[in-house]
Amino acid sequence: MSTTQLDELIGNEYQHGFVSDVAADSVPRGLCEDTIRLISARKNEPEFMLEWRLKAFRHWLTMSEPTWSTARYPAIDYQNIIYYSAPKSMKDRPQSLADVDPELLRTYEKLGVPLKEREMLAGVAVDAVFDSVSVGTTFKAKLGELGIIFGSFSDAVREHPELVQQYLGSVVPYTDNFFAALNAAVFSDGSFCYIPPGVRCPMELSTYFRINARDTGQFERTLIIADAGAYVSYLEGCTAPMRDENQLHAAVVELVALDDARIKYSTVQNWYPGDKDGKGGIYNFVTKRGDCRGARSHISWTQVETGSAITWKYPSCILRGDDSIGEFHSVALTNNYQQADTGSKMIHIGRNTRSTIISKGISAGHGQNTYRGLVKILKSAEGARNYSQCDSLLLGGECGAHTFPYIEVKNPSARVEHEASTSRIGEDQLFYCQQRGISVEDAVSMIVNGFCKEVFKELPMEFAVEAQKLMSVSLEGTVG
Amino acid sequence: MLKISKLHASVEDKPILRGLDLTVNAGEVHAIMGPNGSGKSTLAQVLAGRDTFKVTAGEVLYQGRDLLPLSPEIRAREGIFLAFQYPVEIPGVSNVYLLKAALNAVRQHRGLPELDAMEFLALIKQKMALMEMNDDLLYRAVNEGFSGGEKKRNEILQMAILEPKLAILDETDSGLDIDALQVVSKGINALRSPDRAMILVTHYQRLLDYVVPDFVHVLSQGKIVRTGGKELALELEERGYGWLEESAPTTAAHAAAKS
Repeated sequence: MSTTQLDELIGNEYQHGFVSDVAADSVPRGLCEDTIRLISARKNEPEFMLEWRLKAFRHWLTMSEPTWSTARYPAIDYQNIIYYSAPKSMKDRPQSLADVDPELLRTYEKLGVPLKEREMLAGVAVDAVFDSVSVGTTFKAKLGELGIIFGSFSDAVREHPELVQQYLGSVVPYTDNFFAALNAAVFSDGSFCYIPPGVRCPMELSTYFRINARDTGQFERTLIIADAGAYVSYLEGCTAPMRDENQLHAAVVELVALDDARIKYSTVQNWYPGDKDGKGGIYNFVTKRGDCRGARSHISWTQVETGSAITWKYPSCILRGDDSIGEFHSVALTNNYQQADTGSKMIHIGRNTRSTIISKGISAGHGQNTYRGLVKILKSAEGARNYSQCDSLLLGGECGAHTFPYIEVKNPSARVEHEASTSRIGEDQLFYCQQRGISVEDAVSMIVNGFCKEVFKELPMEFAVEAQKLMSVSLEGTVG
Repeated sequence: MLKISKLHASVEDKPILRGLDLTVNAGEVHAIMGPNGSGKSTLAQVLAGRDTFKVTAGEVLYQGRDLLPLSPEIRAREGIFLAFQYPVEIPGVSNVYLLKAALNAVRQHRGLPELDAMEFLALIKQKMALMEMNDDLLYRAVNEGFSGGEKKRNEILQMAILEPKLAILDETDSGLDIDALQVVSKGINALRSPDRAMILVTHYQRLLDYVVPDFVHVLSQGKIVRTGGKELALELEERGYGWLEESAPTTAAHAAAKS
């Protein structure tokens, strides 16, 4: 097994790179207060939303883009982005999925996310977000019977303004960081989910994000609230067409878990990664944070990141409630010229809080993979515990893996463990598999999937299978 | 089955094999002995197709076909099996998963249908009993946390499942205690058959007490310098390799006469 063979093997083909021919209704390019007023007006938002957006925008103007990540990219011209784009047919919002533009339904079908009632994924409720708006939510009525609210953020703002007002920005305030402020100012849609006290959501909730229009940024915002004793498992998936320009995706996700509540949040991120030479691709600059606000609450993040030219995100947990638990399981794969700077923050505030971080980075081609994490144990966090494990796997000789773990402990009763390893995909391992009759492609896929197993087992069953396939596709190529 | 003629191979331009000749017929068991650095493991790796070793001259015919252009996985599917001296660990991949993938790749190549889960499990349970292995080894990651003995048993288990035509065992006896050696030997002997050939690469004679070879070859400086029957191994045990390295290499005629 030579390095050239490996290099050929990891040349991948992006499978979701098509563009849908859907007439779009966009706001003019660029960003000023009028853009924000226009977006808010298009969405018929109540006054409090516009006010909040404008405050965020004014704050954003005082901030500058952060530069501390290891990612390298040309300066983003924020005046050259279109901040809102919706399929034209959405202007008179469809009343049900039956009224949705067939071209849109076809797009989701191609992506393997059927929205038609008849073919819906059994046991998974899907909210589909196309460019800036939600195009449809399945199983909405069925969930409604249990008092579960699941649907687009825009609907929630209109139908449940009290919940939105209470929780929006309570985990990620608009002052949090540059991209979170930008998102707060211009976010167009996303998913909203509320699980009432004591309700166990009977199906996986899922949002499928798709960027279609050119030069458009996607700024979605997701807010999930699990009330006391509630449980929900939520999954997001993302794809975008292949374009030569870079597109910005700056999302915010806020999770709130009250007493004894549990939220499982899983991501399979497969935005267009750019071509072999690093041209094009999505800038995925995302702020995700969960607040374990109640006692014994439990939030787990699981992410499989295979797409995007640059991924920059740190799904975090604020462990405020006593005995609360935070978990982060991550697989990040960078191939060709992709860069990923990702990890987690676990902030221990409550007593006996526990957190686990398992991070698996895979670098191939010229890919650069950075784990960056913070474990912070405050003085109040008596008996807190953390276990972190960061493993990196290198395929080929041109890629890189970096690890930056930060640990701050202010309480002497805390226990913090950190383990890290870096290995090269062994020619020994490959030869061993080949000697047993297994092809190089199957062997690489087997070894990489084995490396990721601890994380994949955290995904809901259907998506674990999907994630394994995605890894294989991302590493697929011809063997010389 | 296997005919090696004047084989030269090097690693990073350093010659290791220097004109090696060896013929192995179906049903035969050949032991290859020799001091450290004589090229024993290189021979095993070259036959399996490891590309860190460059063949610079010579020919290898396997079942009448030129073996050298074939990729390692094709060689494996064609029936060449190497039991590794240092079996590799593959974290997160269960032993049973690797075995099933391997068996199905081999069966597909031979035009046989894939085994379903039940048939496969029945087969594997039977072979594991032979190797006196615990079921839990099936579901553990390949060789991860296995003891030295478990790793070697696992190699022989794989051989039993894949049923190769030519099995090359690279120091399968090293690192085994006497009980494990007996189990491993039993596994190897169970696989001896008139249509299967074996090459045992070993340092010590003790394996050959249990797996009795038809031929013993002594490798020195990349060539076979002496060939004999099983008694040659005993002689080596007594006298070491020094006397052979000093004396002139045997001729092919000498080797033939002995057999």
